[in-house]
Amino acid sequence: MRYLPLSDADRRAMLDAIGVASVDDLFADVPAAARLSGPVEGLPMHMTEMAVERQLGGLAKQNLAAGDAPFFLGAGAYRHHVPSSVDHLIQRGEFLTAYTPYQPEIAQGTLQVLFEFQTQVARLYGCDVANASMYDGSTACWEAIGMARRITRRTRAILSAGLHPHYVSVCETMAKFTGDALDTAVPTLDGAGDDMARLLATIDDQTSCVVVQNPNILGAIADLSELAEACHAKGALLIVVVTEPVSLGAIKSPGEMGADIVVGEGQSIGVGLQFGGPYLGLFATRDKYVRQMPGRLCGQTVDADGKRGFVLTLSTREQHIRREKATSNICTNSGLCALAFSIHMTLLGEKGLRELAALNHAKAVAAADVLAQVPGVEVLNDAFFNEFTLKLSKPARPIVRDLADRNILAGVALGRLYADTSLENGLIVAVTETTTEEHVATLASALREALA
Amino acid sequence: MTINQSGWRPEAPLANGAGDQPTFTGNRALMLEEPLLFEIGSTDRTGVDFEPAPSLQGGEGRGEGGQTSWWGTLTQPSPQGERANRLGNLERGAINLPGLSEPETVRHYTRLSRQNYAIDLGVFPLGSCTMKHNPRLNERIARLPGFADIHPLQPISTVQGALAVIHLVGEWLCTLTGMPAVAMSPKAGAHGELCGLLAIRAALEARGDARSVILVPESAHGTNPATAAFCGYAVENIPATAEGRVNVDALKARLGPDVAGVMITNPNTCGLFEREMIAICDAVHAAGGLVYCDGANFNAIVGRVRPGDLGIDAMHINLHKTFSTPHGGGGPGAGPVVFSKALAPFAPLPFVEQTPEGFRLVEEETAEDHHAQAFGRMVAFHGQMGMFTRAASYMLSHGADGLRQVSGDAVLNANYILRQLEDVLDAPFAASGPCMHEALFSDNGMAKGFNTLDIAKGLIDEGFHPMTVYFPLVVHGAMLIEPTETESKAGLDQFIGALRSVAERARAGDESLKSAPHFAPRRRLDETAAARSPILAQRYLADEDD
Repeated sequence: MRYLPLSDADRRAMLDAIGVASVDDLFADVPAAARLSGPVEGLPMHMTEMAVERQLGGLAKQNLAAGDAPFFLGAGAYRHHVPSSVDHLIQRGEFLTAYTPYQPEIAQGTLQVLFEFQTQVARLYGCDVANASMYDGSTACWEAIGMARRITRRTRAILSAGLHPHYVSVCETMAKFTGDALDTAVPTLDGAGDDMARLLATIDDQTSCVVVQNPNILGAIADLSELAEACHAKGALLIVVVTEPVSLGAIKSPGEMGADIVVGEGQSIGVGLQFGGPYLGLFATRDKYVRQMPGRLCGQTVDADGKRGFVLTLSTREQHIRREKATSNICTNSGLCALAFSIHMTLLGEKGLRELAALNHAKAVAAADVLAQVPGVEVLNDAFFNEFTLKLSKPARPIVRDLADRNILAGVALGRLYADTSLENGLIVAVTETTTEEHVATLASALREALA
Repeated sequence: MTINQSGWRPEAPLANGAGDQPTFTGNRALMLEEPLLFEIGSTDRTGVDFEPAPSLQGGEGRGEGGQTSWWGTLTQPSPQGERANRLGNLERGAINLPGLSEPETVRHYTRLSRQNYAIDLGVFPLGSCTMKHNPRLNERIARLPGFADIHPLQPISTVQGALAVIHLVGEWLCTLTGMPAVAMSPKAGAHGELCGLLAIRAALEARGDARSVILVPESAHGTNPATAAFCGYAVENIPATAEGRVNVDALKARLGPDVAGVMITNPNTCGLFEREMIAICDAVHAAGGLVYCDGANFNAIVGRVRPGDLGIDAMHINLHKTFSTPHGGGGPGAGPVVFSKALAPFAPLPFVEQTPEGFRLVEEETAEDHHAQAFGRMVAFHGQMGMFTRAASYMLSHGADGLRQVSGDAVLNANYILRQLEDVLDAPFAASGPCMHEALFSDNGMAKGFNTLDIAKGLIDEGFHPMTVYFPLVVHGAMLIEPTETESKAGLDQFIGALRSVAERARAGDESLKSAPHFAPRRRLDETAAARSPILAQRYLADEDD
């Protein structure tokens, strides 16, 4: 077994040193009825590296990789080109095989990266501070609602109709158990999910927070400044969710528009699609709320020689110190994904991020204009970043399936996300720097056929 | 013993007396200082080239090859209005994100990486963390485009291989644990605990039996009580016995109609197997409660004991521990949860189902008919696919026979450490039977003023990562050592020799230990100052004006 260094002679010598006859004797405390006498039944025996590669490689080939097809899916996960150096650097064993930096003297690499990451996220979001990351955008969203509850001591949260429906589902699941009351709504195709009027009319002095996604699930962009003012007038917090961080290279940040907590998915930058995980939850807020924040935080300090260094800090919020009184039960962060994000963001810099965002937006605008010419297609959004929603003259889900059989990954049908049949003709289309002119032409002509 | 065969001792002054000589750069040969990104980068520098994009305000289009193309439509006014309005007139101002060129980026992160300890560098004996070797085959498998470059919402027909991997890992977990059902979506161990407790709560509510208390042994991980509290339960501690196991009498005495269940770690955090586990499960069930088992220490028993045979109802499995997915400096993890028959109907969405026509994904809009009791959704999408591929690679590589050898070697290595060190370090439960995959020591017997922290920092100077310290809380100055099965005997002997040496210095009151580490990239860091006035981000000038 290639991963096990002990030889039989080693094992014998060690058993002798311990003073037992066999390894089985070391399991004497396991009730005999529960002790297996041989390998677990029903599973194969060990395999060579080559055999494993052959078997799992075969399964990989049964999937249609995004890079092998015209590809237009978004809705919370986006395909961007990740520079090759990102993946090389995150595979440095000193990053890949390190643990949580609990011994800071020999973990300054991870810690400095986290400090830089926190700074990058805070600046991207227009906030004062960010944490060292959460599991993903959906769980970060739920944690933000819990944080608003602790700050305002209120339990009523208003969720925008434009919030990703999986995020809404996660919040609804958790709210069943925590007693938060969630005011939710399903988007309508008219106005591309804009429910600003509903949000403004619903905020009252029992509201802990309003949660709004920008750009929203249908791709629409909104100015949230008025909403922020309305929240603050009632003592509620504004939580803004960003599922496409690249958009912040072009669009005013939630912090600049008055958000109190900004959360989102960081997958777009550095992480890749990976069929939905692992992803990267981003979480930022204002200085004054930092002690109510969930998750790990890295802070700057000095060592015994006065040299600058970094440590995990404010851990009195966390479960390993506070146990049942912690701000969250979260223990890990999404460390390696945060590293990938930070490296990619460093490679981009402000210049690169702006160029990337401009390219995404320009291509999306051009694609929307091309698709709008197809009979039976209506583009719903006026303002959008790299994602927009089409209203087709027929239900979108069967069309998406048919196009997939022709190796075209056409987008996300709203029927995949919502049971509500009034949305079944909706198709969310994302266009990034990876989209080519040929891809758009292929999609346009396929839709032209499908809708004829 | 193979320590320092060169004869060089770190304490020895250098021959020319230059040991304290400052250098111009602050570097020490290969020990390199690295500034913050914000001190070396600038907002006009980038390491990524893009094809030019047209201005967001409109302007020149770029018909490729001079032909009219969709790209060329950018020069035309859009049907919906002026170009700028397509961003809602919300263009962003300065962001202040510094960038670096690619060579500078590679150097920045490579230099930072060298300030980290890692499994790849040596023994990483963190108890309850299972820092085993991360096979590189797993990394290769996870990066196959068929796994890495697929979108979570692609049509099901285009991701059959991915669903097959999720199903395969789920099947292995069920078989290895002897449990009938599994939820694959939880993102980490603590998230798995949450999944298990939510299922317990949903099951109790479904039978109209709302209960309010979760019992947690005092040796539990902090995530256990935090999770129970998050689910709205009151948490009550159950004491440990003098031999380091759950006090079964105290537990039985506390059971009653208000107790929803217990969360119990087995093998426990003292490194011992809970001998009475079957009796505990029976008693909890008889009192109408359910048993959550924290599977953090599954590596000790994988392939030898199926927790389902002990009578548990739910258990999370940290794929980043037992199944070798990389810890990555703190994540991402993965925490699938196996369920008993009683809890299976309440497992969360989504999940993968095998049908004669292929694999399907049961999500909200398809769940109603045959999974109406699912307690809901825990995450967007379907869980940590990138960890499932790695775990699948690990499982297939080892097979049932290899996994049995894994737990055998892990337990053998831990017992070897326990018996080689119990004469210099107090082992409070050495008489409680063989340890499982980790050996627990206390700081009793050190010279006055010397404690566990000093031993940990002394180990750093010896070139090792310290063990888990001050956990579990039931032992004074706890030191929990988990070597894992991927250490060689020679590597263990070197570690044992180093720890003996440090322990002897602590017993003798060697003052130089109080200021260790001396040879790490940093000396002891001022954590109090960090918490008193937190500096959590590098501020830029605009902020300093506020």
